Amino acid sequence: MGFALTVKSEGRIIMHKYIFKRLLLLIPVLLGVTFIVFTIMSFTPGDPAQLMLGESAPPDAVEQLRQEMGLDDPFLVQYLRFVGNAVRGDFGRSFSTKRPVFAEIFARFPNTLALAAVGVAIAVAIGIPVGIISATKQYSLMDSISMIAALLGVSMPNFWLGLMLILVFSVGLGWLPFAGFESAKSIILPAITLGTGAAAIITRMTRSSMLEVIRQDFIRTARAKGVAEKKVINKHALKNALIPVITVVGLQFGFLLGGAVLTETVFSWPGVGRLLVEAIRQKDTPTVLASVVFMATTFSFVNLLVDILYAYVDPRIKSQYSK
Amino acid sequence: MSKSKNKLLNIEDLGIEYVTEDGTVKAVNGIEIKLNEGETLGLVGETGAGKTTTALGIMRLVPNPPGKIVSGKIEFEGSNLLDVSEEEMRMIRGNKISMIFQDPMTSLNPVMTVGQQIAEVIEIHQDLSRQEAAKKSEEMLELVGIPGSRANDYPHQFSGGMKQRVVIAISLACNPQLLIADEPTTALDVTIQAQVLDLMNNLKKEFNTAMILITHDLGVVSEVCDKVAIMYAGEIIESATLEQLFTNPRHPYTVGLFGSIPNLEEETDRLSPVKGLMPDPTDLPSGCKFHPRCPYAKDICAKQDPNSTEIEAQHKVKCLIYEGLIDAEVKR
Amino acid sequence: MTSTLADKSRTTLKKKNKKRSQWAEVWRRLKKNKMAMLGLAILAVLILGAVFAPWIADYDEVVIKLDLVNRLQGPSAENLLGTDEFGRDILARMIWGARVSLRVGILAVGISILIGGSLGAIAGFYGGKLDTVIMRIMDIFLAIPGILLAIAIVSALGPSLINLMIAIGISSVPSYARIVRASVLSIREQEFIEAARAIGANDTRIILKHIIPNALAPVIVQGTLGVAGAILSTAGLSFIGLGIQPPAPEWGAMLATGRAFLRDAWHVTTFPGLAIMITILALNLVGDGLRDALDPRLKQ
Repeated sequence: MGFALTVKSEGRIIMHKYIFKRLLLLIPVLLGVTFIVFTIMSFTPGDPAQLMLGESAPPDAVEQLRQEMGLDDPFLVQYLRFVGNAVRGDFGRSFSTKRPVFAEIFARFPNTLALAAVGVAIAVAIGIPVGIISATKQYSLMDSISMIAALLGVSMPNFWLGLMLILVFSVGLGWLPFAGFESAKSIILPAITLGTGAAAIITRMTRSSMLEVIRQDFIRTARAKGVAEKKVINKHALKNALIPVITVVGLQFGFLLGGAVLTETVFSWPGVGRLLVEAIRQKDTPTVLASVVFMATTFSFVNLLVDILYAYVDPRIKSQYSK
Repeated sequence: MSKSKNKLLNIEDLGIEYVTEDGTVKAVNGIEIKLNEGETLGLVGETGAGKTTTALGIMRLVPNPPGKIVSGKIEFEGSNLLDVSEEEMRMIRGNKISMIFQDPMTSLNPVMTVGQQIAEVIEIHQDLSRQEAAKKSEEMLELVGIPGSRANDYPHQFSGGMKQRVVIAISLACNPQLLIADEPTTALDVTIQAQVLDLMNNLKKEFNTAMILITHDLGVVSEVCDKVAIMYAGEIIESATLEQLFTNPRHPYTVGLFGSIPNLEEETDRLSPVKGLMPDPTDLPSGCKFHPRCPYAKDICAKQDPNSTEIEAQHKVKCLIYEGLIDAEVKR
Repeated sequence: MTSTLADKSRTTLKKKNKKRSQWAEVWRRLKKNKMAMLGLAILAVLILGAVFAPWIADYDEVVIKLDLVNRLQGPSAENLLGTDEFGRDILARMIWGARVSLRVGILAVGISILIGGSLGAIAGFYGGKLDTVIMRIMDIFLAIPGILLAIAIVSALGPSLINLMIAIGISSVPSYARIVRASVLSIREQEFIEAARAIGANDTRIILKHIIPNALAPVIVQGTLGVAGAILSTAGLSFIGLGIQPPAPEWGAMLATGRAFLRDAWHVTTFPGLAIMITILALNLVGDGLRDALDPRLKQ
């Protein structure tokens, strides 16, 4: 027992080191991400100071603001200043509402996160079981149906699916609200809209991963040991098959954050995505910049979480970091 | 030989087919195998001769689709394994009949500790608590020469030879009557091969387990086996006791196999391997499957499928020469 | 038994390779795949429609001309798929829309393949520091969800057909860089490259003559699926007003305007969406089919 304990705590220290290392690696990635987005947004035509003060502002006031904002400084200086402020949670003020961008985003971020989380949950809850059943009953009717459904799911634009759902469930049947944020029911349609594509991809991935694992020698070993077929699938095959699926789920979360931009627009969902779309319409560069950076950062953190989860599931990866 | 001579396994007319896009492959075609308790049979043949399919057939683990057992019976301890329910079969697998696979690198589940994988087979077949099974699995590890403390390690932390030891521990954990070893040493380094083979041989004797050893290495056969069956293109073309086969091989193919082994005692200028290649399994030759490669072949060989002829006790050859239809003498 | 089957397929493969060229073999396998053939047939119809659009419906007279008397009419013999909020024939606009979608999709993927492929080939071929730098930058791009990157680019450059293609093209550069790099790495060490070096071929020649043709298969598969993704992104960006500007017909923009009339005129949103879905479906079917045909080992 004592031996097992030391092994366990040793493993924990290894994991802590691994997580710490991955967090450190995140810093250059995030710097890179902000640099790319900052550079892209700097191509936006027009003078930010002018945009902030409005068309009719007197030239000397604009000039003064330019000085204050440091818009005449070299590009790199401006970027470093942006990063310096961003680290302290200061992304500047919105051109349109004049309120701090960070506060605006932070107020809406939980809504986007909730939408994406429910979307992923739906996708996982459908995709993994259907994928497993499809793989274990390859070429059956059930397999054909779910593969066609998955193919349609992958091919459907999610904003269109959202509109079709509204057409059927809100306009037609009147069961669910078509927009806004009034009750818990409000999240159902947007989450389904967002989760369908991911569900389809996870289904396909689970199926092909499972099919691959089922053909492996160790599954034959398990059967040769007399393990019951159900247990062969649920215990031996599933854990191995899920390893690549976890990565896909993480990637899908990123696509969902992107897809949220469209879904939130369809359902008037008060999240960061809709904020972004409105900011683009109003040429509100600081909000656009901050929203994209914010979502990319979230995506990076999700991928980090996925990698850590990965290391927990796959002993081969864990031991890589113990060396 | 002081071993008991009770019949353990009796396979008759076993036929297994794979149905693929390009046609039906008769992987195993009407083979016959008899094995007594404690005996070891060497099943010898080239890659693709149907050895592994035969083994999977006995375990009833031929992947279906595309594989299917189409004929014959497999009598094990008096009951036909092709008739028992899947549930009964499951209680036989890993318990009364167990199997060691060719490639130890892929035979173990990468996300379970080796201890868990040994304990699993014990928990399925023996009425032991989890702790007892875990303890027994450590004992099994010690038995195959691995410290019991390594039970908590994962397969990737072991070398190939060590993994094969773990696989052996799994297969012997429930003390089976029959062990099927499918080229258990092919994937290992030569030095490790001998160790693993010795280990298997010793444990087999200790537990009085019967064994079917699948190999293409006649040297291994001579060390371990009591009986030998030579497979070619899904058929057993010669079966005999070890002594009979090594002193008096009769089938042209068997003779050819011996011709391809260097002999240290006799001085020969060159080896004389069997000419040609295994036939395409979807398009087997008519008549005797070996005739396109056979140095003694006559026209009749392309037309008539030979029967098995018993030329002496326990020694059967599937060749028209021994049916008296061709006048030739097979020489080494 | 696995070895038996594998050996068998290998021998049959070898046999046939002698008879036919590699691409004829791919085509033979693709033809066997009914779903891929269905996808190809749909694509053929779409491409024909897009090419002959000017002969099917006049752009100025039918596609963008207002006819407010006939606004939001449901499907009828006159307008098979109904009319939109300006009384324009939806079917005619959809056919012209196919022109836009296919053009943006193909050109955007062309941009990604050109940039991503070159970066990946350079990284894989030269290796070392250059490889590390290029691939780290690609990793950073991958940390930004593609559509967000495209949104940022279009919103900075301003919405136009060209900017849309650039934005969508750039946002999928990293995946092509990765694919090409991976296949270059696997090819680089093979003996025929050494043989080419031995007979004095220079780097450019090796890249053009040996590495690119061999990296082609995965790029073709990814490219086919990529066109689908690009069409989806085009529609998405147009839907939020960052794509093709009115009155030009574009599927995403069409269904975005239909949104306001969902209650009274379902057809305005439904049909353009179906067009997108069928196009993507066809491309996915062909892409999956190509992947199986190019690498039969992956076929389940």
